[in-house]
Amino acid sequence: MNTELPRWVDIGVVPLINILLALFVAGLIILFIGENPIEAVGHIITGAFGSSEGTGYTLYYTTNFIFTGLAVAIAFHAGLFNIGGEGQAYIGGLGIGLAILAFDGSLPMFLLVPLGIVACAAFGAAWAFIPAYLQAYRGSHIVITTIMFNFIASSLMVYLLVNVMNEPGQMSPQTREFAEYTFLPFMHEILGWVGIKVDRSPLNMSFFWALICCVLIYFYIWRTRWGYALRCVGANATAAHYAGIDTRRVIVVTMCISGGLAGFVGFNELMGVHHRILLNFHLGYGFTGIAVALMGRNHPVGVIMASLLFGALYQGGTELSFEMPKITREMVIVIQGLIILFSGALAYMITPYVEMVWHVLAGRKAAAAEER
Amino acid sequence: MNDASASGKPKAIELIGINKSFGPVHANKNVNLSVEAGTIHGIVGENGAGKSTLMSILYGFYEADSGEIQVRGKPVSIRNSKDAIRVGIGMVHQHFMLVDTFTVLENVMLGAESGPLLKESVVKARAELERLEREYGLMVKADALVSELPVGAMQRVEILKALYRGAEILILDEPTGVLTPQETDQLFRILANLREQGVTVILITHKLREIIDITDNVTVMRRGEMVADRKTSETSKEELAELMVGRKVLLQVDKTEAKPGETALVVENLTVRDRLGTPRVDDVGFTVRKGEIVGIAGVSGNGQTELQETLAGMRVPDRGRIHIEGTEISAQRPHDAAEVRHLGVGHVPEDRHRQGLVTQFVAWESAILGYHNEPKYNSGLLTDRPAILEATRGFMETFDVRPADPYLKTANFSGGNQQKLVLAREMTPEPGLLLVGQPTRGVDIGAIEFIHKQLIAMRDKGCAVLLVSVELDEIMSLADRILVMFEGRIVGEVAGGEADERMLGLMMANAHESAAASAGEEVPA
Repeated sequence: MNTELPRWVDIGVVPLINILLALFVAGLIILFIGENPIEAVGHIITGAFGSSEGTGYTLYYTTNFIFTGLAVAIAFHAGLFNIGGEGQAYIGGLGIGLAILAFDGSLPMFLLVPLGIVACAAFGAAWAFIPAYLQAYRGSHIVITTIMFNFIASSLMVYLLVNVMNEPGQMSPQTREFAEYTFLPFMHEILGWVGIKVDRSPLNMSFFWALICCVLIYFYIWRTRWGYALRCVGANATAAHYAGIDTRRVIVVTMCISGGLAGFVGFNELMGVHHRILLNFHLGYGFTGIAVALMGRNHPVGVIMASLLFGALYQGGTELSFEMPKITREMVIVIQGLIILFSGALAYMITPYVEMVWHVLAGRKAAAAEER
Repeated sequence: MNDASASGKPKAIELIGINKSFGPVHANKNVNLSVEAGTIHGIVGENGAGKSTLMSILYGFYEADSGEIQVRGKPVSIRNSKDAIRVGIGMVHQHFMLVDTFTVLENVMLGAESGPLLKESVVKARAELERLEREYGLMVKADALVSELPVGAMQRVEILKALYRGAEILILDEPTGVLTPQETDQLFRILANLREQGVTVILITHKLREIIDITDNVTVMRRGEMVADRKTSETSKEELAELMVGRKVLLQVDKTEAKPGETALVVENLTVRDRLGTPRVDDVGFTVRKGEIVGIAGVSGNGQTELQETLAGMRVPDRGRIHIEGTEISAQRPHDAAEVRHLGVGHVPEDRHRQGLVTQFVAWESAILGYHNEPKYNSGLLTDRPAILEATRGFMETFDVRPADPYLKTANFSGGNQQKLVLAREMTPEPGLLLVGQPTRGVDIGAIEFIHKQLIAMRDKGCAVLLVSVELDEIMSLADRILVMFEGRIVGEVAGGEADERMLGLMMANAHESAAASAGEEVPA
């Protein structure tokens, strides 16, 4: 209906209420197992932000969520639901791994970084291209195909790491380590150069790349003619057809960008942290990206904020299970799940009520103004 | 009939002080309406005048913020359509709410079955349906599939549906939009018959002629308020138009003789098939010259839409050729909508909500739809926001789009203002050929006058205009030549000055067939 909430309520108040609801339900569960929920929340917060190490971990997770969240968000603007972030991230990692394994030793670092970025994007995009093509030109639904491609990616990586690319003489399914000079500088190293001392954490340079991606994607979606076409296809495909926009091309291009963004998880995880290709480095980030995008209302700024929240939950949740042994790792996943449920799947559940309250308040204000 | 109130008989419907707001928009302001039992009561008003809101309140789609509804003298509370049906109010929507793959009987009993087992419901419903058909003279084959019925018959099914549910007060929302003149006449005979049987009819329309022809009383709404209540016998079209708009309106279009120049559009043997392979446009050929308006008349769904879309590059022709400005378009040489636009073709689509605009976009975004790749709207990689805003402000000024706010969401403009925005976008580049579909559908009278003037002005500037409209009045007052389409073929051509409604109506229904068929009469099996 034509009742609209002001923007700040829609992107500020509503998500906040959703989170509080989720925490409330989580609190009930914690009470049920005999722990103090207030204390638990305290552990999560101090775990996530209470130390430079904790903050580093939080931001390291955040980096991944920004990539996958942006990937889902841009596809969503074109009316596409990309649930293949998992697979695209995995294959993106394969891309960067192959590039560095092939060129470490022969290329200098300042060339390897852009090469790595291009390799993640290209492989992630290629993995998204096939479902996109099938959707655009053959009418296979993208939700089905992208989810199937997650499984294919998973099996492919196992095969490659076990049979083809594993380190000679080793039993574990992983490649040899990259040459040391190719490691992305860690944040504690970067800050060390300028004299700031922080504890070690896996947070690395790719965090900056994630922020740059947010800016680029913002400009692409809202400030270019291609972004205009993309939003047009998402908002009203018939109008796009009327305008002479090639909707099929837009679908393919958008999905490739989306896949490329998801592929950057490999940049953070492999070039930044693990320094080799290994199994399951991507696990969960692709799917959580959907919740991130939903919660961030598909806007880069929202995606950053939602990523930060989920990053904090990942990190704080880990701390929590250390501090309160009764709350196991599985319990932490339950809490995360609740937040995803309330702010992702049920994101719009409370909107009508907020609208009602808003209109009552706004109506009163108007009435008061009239009386004066 | 009008002395019913004098005899103390309660009014069929009495609305007292109805208010309804949507956010800042006050859609109904203190509306009072009383409808006498056993009459046909017309409600006229421009788009956005609040008639639909009022009827939605009466039928329980919305709840009024304040005010009282009385039915047959008793206050009632109508919260949803079930409540409305319970107090005997039925509604025939503008867009039919029928299940195409069901039979007439199944549609009529849908949602009003009498028990868990279908068999007894069917038997009961059939008897009841036959009684209704006899009583009200509404003949429809009970076992025919709805998808196979002509439009006029579908509408009768809608009316039967309402009567089957015990409606004694029937609301019809713009019922004649999809009918030929003959079908309209037949509908009016049915309505008159219903009135004889004591049914109260509320007719919402924007066609003043229909009000004059059929109603007993008429209420005029403007900007959410009731501005006048008249006995139809004591008013005139001119007075009603003035009341609706709030100023004198020119119902007739002023135009000079056309001065056709060189040929702008040639269509030869054009055939366009739909996905199932049925020809929607069937071997059509005609030309349009610069400086003339060619109108295509026809009941909607006879291929006009497909023809227009093919000319605009939205569909690929299956056979035949189109020549625009010396460029040939055919199955072998398809052009998409962007390429056709580059040939100097403007296209005002029939359905502005689905095609002409993106309602979720703000006005300036909708104002560049189809032109977003133009160099003047882009600087380098980025869109040139200031240039676009300036162009949008220009559109809004020359075409009087209100409110002139480029940042307002497209959906929040009224129908007329949305249409003016589309026209501004398509006419400002001064195309050599302008394709216009239903330019005034859902547009208020004041804006209609303006839009008609703009189309004539385009013609006089030497633009070739191809106008598709289901409004015969519009075609007759604007077009210099009229082509009539029936089932994808062009079945006749008439010079604009020589056409009359009856003649066009017969052609539109393909009068070569029998008169009974043209009126969509169905004989019960």
